[in-house]
Amino acid sequence: MQTFEYLRPSSVSEAGATLAKMSDARPLAGGMTLIPAMKLRLIAPTALVDLGSLPELNGIKSDSKSITIGAMTTHADVAASADVRRMIPALADLAGGIGDAQVRNKGTLGGAIANNDPSACYPAAVLGLGATVTTSRRTIAGDAFFTGMFETALEPGEIVTAVTFPVPLAATYEKFRSPASRYALVGVFLARLASGVRVAVTGAGTCVFRAAAIEAVLAEKFSSEAVAGLRYSPEGLNSDMHGDAQYRAQLVGVLAKRAVAKLTANGGKA
Amino acid sequence: MNHPADTGVASKNPTGIGASLLRKEDMRFLMGRGNYVADIKRPDMTAGIFVRSPHAHARIVSIDKQAALAMPGVVDVLTGEDLKTDGVGGLPCAWPVVGKGGAPTKEPAHPAIAQGKVRYVGDAVAFVIAETVAQARDAAEAVVVEYDVLPAVVGVLDALKPGATAVFDDIPDNVCVDWEIGDRHATDAAFKKAAHVARISLVNNRLVGNPMEPRAAIGEYDRSRGQHTLYTTSQFPHIVKLLMGNFVLNIPQHKLRVVSPDVGGGFGVKQFHYAEEAVVTWAAMRLGRPVKWVCDRSEGFISDAHGRDHVTEAEMALDEHGKFLGLRVSTIANMGGYLSTFGPNIPTNLYGPLLAGVYTTPAIYCEVKAVFTNTVPVDAYRGAGRPEATFVLERLVDVAAIEMGIDKAEIRRRNMIPKDGYPFQTPVMMEYDSGDPGGCLDKALINADWKGFPARKAASAAKGRLRGIGLCTYIEACGLAPSRIAIRLGVRGGLFESAAVRVHPTGQVTVLMGTHNHGQGHETTFAQIISERLGIPANNVEIVFGDTDKVQFGLGTYGSRSLAVGGSALVKAADKVIAKGRKIAAHMLEAADADIEFADGVFTVAGTDRQKTFAEIALSAHFPVDYPLEILEPGLEEQAFYDPVNFTFPCGAHIAEVEIDPDTGVVELLSYVAVDDIGTVINPMIVEGQIVGGIVQGLGQALYEDCVYDPESGQLLSGSFMDYCMPRADHIAPISIETHITKCTHNPLGVKGCGELGTIGSPATVINAVVDALAHLGVNHVDMPASPNRVWRIIAEAGGASRTA
Repeated sequence: MQTFEYLRPSSVSEAGATLAKMSDARPLAGGMTLIPAMKLRLIAPTALVDLGSLPELNGIKSDSKSITIGAMTTHADVAASADVRRMIPALADLAGGIGDAQVRNKGTLGGAIANNDPSACYPAAVLGLGATVTTSRRTIAGDAFFTGMFETALEPGEIVTAVTFPVPLAATYEKFRSPASRYALVGVFLARLASGVRVAVTGAGTCVFRAAAIEAVLAEKFSSEAVAGLRYSPEGLNSDMHGDAQYRAQLVGVLAKRAVAKLTANGGKA
Repeated sequence: MNHPADTGVASKNPTGIGASLLRKEDMRFLMGRGNYVADIKRPDMTAGIFVRSPHAHARIVSIDKQAALAMPGVVDVLTGEDLKTDGVGGLPCAWPVVGKGGAPTKEPAHPAIAQGKVRYVGDAVAFVIAETVAQARDAAEAVVVEYDVLPAVVGVLDALKPGATAVFDDIPDNVCVDWEIGDRHATDAAFKKAAHVARISLVNNRLVGNPMEPRAAIGEYDRSRGQHTLYTTSQFPHIVKLLMGNFVLNIPQHKLRVVSPDVGGGFGVKQFHYAEEAVVTWAAMRLGRPVKWVCDRSEGFISDAHGRDHVTEAEMALDEHGKFLGLRVSTIANMGGYLSTFGPNIPTNLYGPLLAGVYTTPAIYCEVKAVFTNTVPVDAYRGAGRPEATFVLERLVDVAAIEMGIDKAEIRRRNMIPKDGYPFQTPVMMEYDSGDPGGCLDKALINADWKGFPARKAASAAKGRLRGIGLCTYIEACGLAPSRIAIRLGVRGGLFESAAVRVHPTGQVTVLMGTHNHGQGHETTFAQIISERLGIPANNVEIVFGDTDKVQFGLGTYGSRSLAVGGSALVKAADKVIAKGRKIAAHMLEAADADIEFADGVFTVAGTDRQKTFAEIALSAHFPVDYPLEILEPGLEEQAFYDPVNFTFPCGAHIAEVEIDPDTGVVELLSYVAVDDIGTVINPMIVEGQIVGGIVQGLGQALYEDCVYDPESGQLLSGSFMDYCMPRADHIAPISIETHITKCTHNPLGVKGCGELGTIGSPATVINAVVDALAHLGVNHVDMPASPNRVWRIIAEAGGASRTA
């Protein structure tokens, strides 16, 4: 790790101003990816602007229709939240399955989605539930937030402050963990909302995406049988030493099938 | 243990042989009081960082140190040219082997820092020394190395192709040694009369050892006495002292001390003399200041010697009853970019002689080509050659059983060396002294409920899962090694062991061992042996090891040798103490030496109640009164050297059950049963830990671990734990351990060794189970690791999977 300045701003606006002023500074939002990358000298920011202790970025609020989670809320806190568990259990499960206990105690929602690792779990929930991302400057629809591999709609100096997840009729997250990294080799977030069925896939491509083919089949008939015969196309999917594109496509289909089976078995209440 | 431990002894001593004594050394580890090389701080110490090659194969055009030398805190930057200028020698190979027709092993120069060319990603090109690690790391990035990148050769099959890139200019075919063992003609004849021939082609996947503690080294030079000290994470400090002092740095042995304090796991990875050890010692002499290097995990992946990496074709000739007539094995083994300390010995001497297994196969022929490639050097890794041999043989036996329709336990029984068939001379050099693999097999079949498997398989099928059961009966050669054999096989030195028993005036004992404890529990096991032999509590015994200034000589710890060879030396030394104690007792009790009996820590004049305790004898030895000095010296300390007359041969039977999800290819281990014949057990709890740990490590090879290089560029793709999958707690199923003892016939304790049997037995056992689960699809082999993607593809291609893609 190279030498850097550690800054603790007292407000989001101060943090934003600092980041805008210092082009080589990086926001620190848990640091579960950033710090290892710095240790490996893959990146060498001149300063870290620690967002972790800003109270305005912490906490979980809910009303009858949605849950809003502060960007610096840790995965462990989301997993342990009674409100999240009651209203969107799939989200609590997802947060509780990220990394290991150390990662969950430090890693944050905002950090995860701003980093947009192609194998991260949270982007699947944001896209799968059609969440809304609130930043220091605006609100961004979940559908427009993730733009490419490690790329998002965030502008320089723009900070994620919270994410608002609509409460679905039912949802589930099926994750196939890479045995080594415990990231999603493939993860499928499936949600039934008043507006329809959404299926978001992480790990399989260069960036989280919606599986339109599966959504179309399920819109017609929400049943395991409907997806059973479906063969997902490997075209454009990732290939690496842990899974080739065909295998990832296979997993997309299998996980989607399992997700549907789980929701139908629970009478749509999961 | 899940079953009552058969230890092979009946001791009354609560801290003697057979007691599951808690490990004496654990308190300091659990309390964070261990003393590892990375913990050591010497006065005025500097920090060193290696600049390593990012290319698998390249000519070094130039190295510009100037910018780095100008960086804050930088003390010096050293390169291969500086080594040359100082006359530093290359790293020696300690065990070359003799090839076909007496051809010697090719031993190309192995400079501690690359000279002229780099030959793998990670090859050291410069060593940057600074006041702090951070400064050295920063400066390492400022060293400008200009490379002329050359094509790389990575896989062993590619290395042998005509026109392949040569790793060394003067070895155009990349062949290090072409070796053979066995009788080719007798084997050919056996195949001519075979009723059936079973064949298999397989890969033994390359592994990275990954001990918990990465390697580290500190060099120090005392100018006042001209004395060098190396602190290093080594499994064998005395051999490092000999190899480095004598062959690399030309330091006289009496001017060099090597210390290996607490070491956090080795698995073979730490039993080689590494470049970094020589570089820090040399740099410290140049600077007159201590130099410390601590490897980080990423660096370990590209600088620790790797293990395995074989490609093999094998065939077995059988008669119409499934009796093995002959075995023919052809293996290509990867040596990497240079020869590591024992590199050529592992896929040859530690592999071919094990191919008889526990069977009576009358004719065996094995040839091995060891080849150079642009990868990290390959050497011993827990099991070292023997897991590879067991994998070939036990996979082939299963293939034969399936093809001939014979039960897998039955085909093994038909070919097994009978219990009364020992000593047994195999056609591949080894003479097994003892063993009862058939007894192990009988118990394992019961413990695993072999007969109940069909019902369990049906229950799994009802859930849509494919269930398989796998069996392996193995033998290994341990207790490395009888010098008389090893020297004929090429090793440059003996492989005996030493122990010294130092009795203090109070009767407490310090033991000096030539072996090295890095997780095996030696401080407890050896104390128990002394407790048993001398009749004193184990708590009154301290085991000292890992310092060449304290321990006169030793060959270290590897090849499951510490107990069988070191423990035997310890018994010999203890017996010398008793012999001298008897003389002292005779003097004190005014009796003849021959009339003194020793038992349970008490010397007694036979047939009387006149006696002296061990502590009284120890006191007298140090406060001698009226000793007959011409025949009895004061003092009580004895040293012994023990050279085994043969290897030891632990054997056993392992059975695993797995379940496969055909939709995802995930293999889940459901149960594992091991019954092992390891000779006398000193501490059942420690033995259980060793066996379970080894089994899990072998499970890692079978299902998870894979060291993958890009075949074109030679870049290591699995260079971190994000991609290199170590087995974890949630991968493990209940493991049932039982010992079934026959004693080794040629060492005083009757011990055989237990450190490696897990990694030897479990890869074959688990893969046999995976193949069994897929046998209905016509699958006869699955390469390791049996990863989800690989298994799913095999199922899909055989038409046995749901396909959603």
